[in-house]
Amino acid sequence: MSVTTTDHLDTATTEAIPPPRRSRTTPVVLGVVGLILAVLPFLDATIPGVFTGPMSSPGTLQILAVGLVFAGVAMSYDLLLGYTGLLSLGHALYFALGLYGTNLLMRVFGLSYVPAFALAVVIALAVAVVLGSVALRVRGVAFAMVTLAFAEAFHVLVEADPLSVSGGEEGLPLASAQVPDLLSGVINTRWVYWLALAFAALTFVVCRLAVSSRAGRVWQAIRENEDRVELLGLIPFQFKLLSFGLSAGLAASGGAVYLLLVRGATPFSASAVFTLNLIVMVVLGGLGRLWGAALGGLVFGYLQLRLPGLARSGVFEPLPAWLEGPLTEPLFILGVLFVVLVMFAPGGLASLPERLGLRRDKA
Amino acid sequence: MTFQTFALLLVTGLGLSGVYFLIASGLSLIFGLMDVLNLAHGLFFTAGSYATWWVMSSLEVVGPLGLRFAIAVVAGGGLGLAMGYVVERVFVRRFYGDHVTQILITLGLSLAGVALVGGWFTYDPRTFPLPEAFGNVVMVAGARIPVTRLLTLGLSLVLLVALLAFLRRTRHGLVIRAGVENRSMVQAMGIDVQKSFTLVFAIGGMLAAIGGVLGAVFFAGVTPEFGLNILIFAFIVVVIGGLGSVEGTALASVLVGLTQQFVNYLAGAGIGDLTVVALLAGTLLIRPQGLLGEAVR
Repeated sequence: MSVTTTDHLDTATTEAIPPPRRSRTTPVVLGVVGLILAVLPFLDATIPGVFTGPMSSPGTLQILAVGLVFAGVAMSYDLLLGYTGLLSLGHALYFALGLYGTNLLMRVFGLSYVPAFALAVVIALAVAVVLGSVALRVRGVAFAMVTLAFAEAFHVLVEADPLSVSGGEEGLPLASAQVPDLLSGVINTRWVYWLALAFAALTFVVCRLAVSSRAGRVWQAIRENEDRVELLGLIPFQFKLLSFGLSAGLAASGGAVYLLLVRGATPFSASAVFTLNLIVMVVLGGLGRLWGAALGGLVFGYLQLRLPGLARSGVFEPLPAWLEGPLTEPLFILGVLFVVLVMFAPGGLASLPERLGLRRDKA
Repeated sequence: MTFQTFALLLVTGLGLSGVYFLIASGLSLIFGLMDVLNLAHGLFFTAGSYATWWVMSSLEVVGPLGLRFAIAVVAGGGLGLAMGYVVERVFVRRFYGDHVTQILITLGLSLAGVALVGGWFTYDPRTFPLPEAFGNVVMVAGARIPVTRLLTLGLSLVLLVALLAFLRRTRHGLVIRAGVENRSMVQAMGIDVQKSFTLVFAIGGMLAAIGGVLGAVFFAGVTPEFGLNILIFAFIVVVIGGLGSVEGTALASVLVGLTQQFVNYLAGAGIGDLTVVALLAGTLLIRPQGLLGEAVR
């Protein structure tokens, strides 16, 4: 095999996508963060300015739970963009399949929440395999456009609603009767919160195992140089499809959890803008680092839900009108922050400790 | 289907094709020349449509609405030209060769831009007065056709001809066409391709903004998300037509615009949009490089 004699020294990676690293402190830090998040519903403490109510109030838990679902879905997207180097502009499709799928299976077929959840994820996986096989025929920008078009087709479908099942532009309210009592009602927000936390934690574990598995290493090799992977006798297509399918399944699970949080499915979840938001989360946090993506998701969820409240409370009143209007738009602040980070700190929030010289493990 | 309906759908579909062409041609050239997927392109469109809204409803110094519309076309186009220039010089130029970063930056600009417009003018659809003549219908071969449809179609045809003439008859056009074909060869000849990059971005921005002016008239109103929505169809047009080919983009615009109009009418709203996506999938399976695109480089 003459192929194996080619140089293996070319391990140059781009600054935006650092190689995977195993720090000894990371698991401990994450375990502590997970534990704190798990006991939050029992804390009556208030953090003035950050949250309006005490930590245990349904409003605060709701914001955090949305952030956790976004964190999980962002991690699933990081598998694609950060680890495999696939720029999909249609990830919203799989999130929406989980969201609409679970709800429709409950409404139309009378399934209860758990089987509906499982079946919706299976459907999303099947769709991902079929559409992924078509989209992965092309690379790079063409792949981005094809995935975008498929997702947009679903968006159009649920919005136009030709079969009168998806509720059109109004969306589809949650089939409450099929949901276990423990997971419905404002009183039980803490249980939905724990469900969201479990989803985020499980997603993290699954992604972590996946990226350190053999397939995961091939993903990262594909990200760095797809031709070389092919030259080594591996078929990139299969590995890319695996990455695509896994991330779709995880996104669909996120959709099913999100359904309980927002108590309904709206076409926005299937829109291109939702995918763009996912990209913002992942890049904001740090591409190619799972905890970075999770952090990005949490920050995004928090800012999106809290900024309108801040605006209503009149913080921006003294500003001139031309500035006040845009500042009340979460996406304006996030978009500007995003552009600044991409231009000046490509590693996202996760790279800031290094940039500020707080961590010296940049080997 | 009566002849009247057929003719109306045909002209409306072609008008829509014109709007698609204006936004897609810039995208296609930018991608063909620089390999940049410009997600901020929808922003140029939105800028054009809001410029139109502002000129038509607020520029009361100019009395006649027809004259105001002419100003809107010039102002919108100029705004798009300036924005294209700024986006290339300030944001895209620093990252040539780094496709993902370019996509991410234009994506961030796009999201922030929509939110900025939304923050300034709210997300409510805005309508504006149009010259009286725009509300008329004209008889074409026995069918009654609204003037706005003909206007969109006519103006985009003029711009198509102008763009082709620019690309084929001028020195700048020659450099751009050569650059699409083989960028490094052009550079090796000692020609500054960077200038062409800026030029193509500015021209693309201008065309998309005029697309926005026409789109505002065509859809009788403007919203902040409008540009982003139409950008998705522009992407489809670009891929079907073949990246980098203006002729292919023109052909694909007509194909997509007509398919969408006719199928939406015959099979129900939304089905036409789905058919367009199916067209895209079919194109990729049979001819991945697009209708008039070069085979994989």
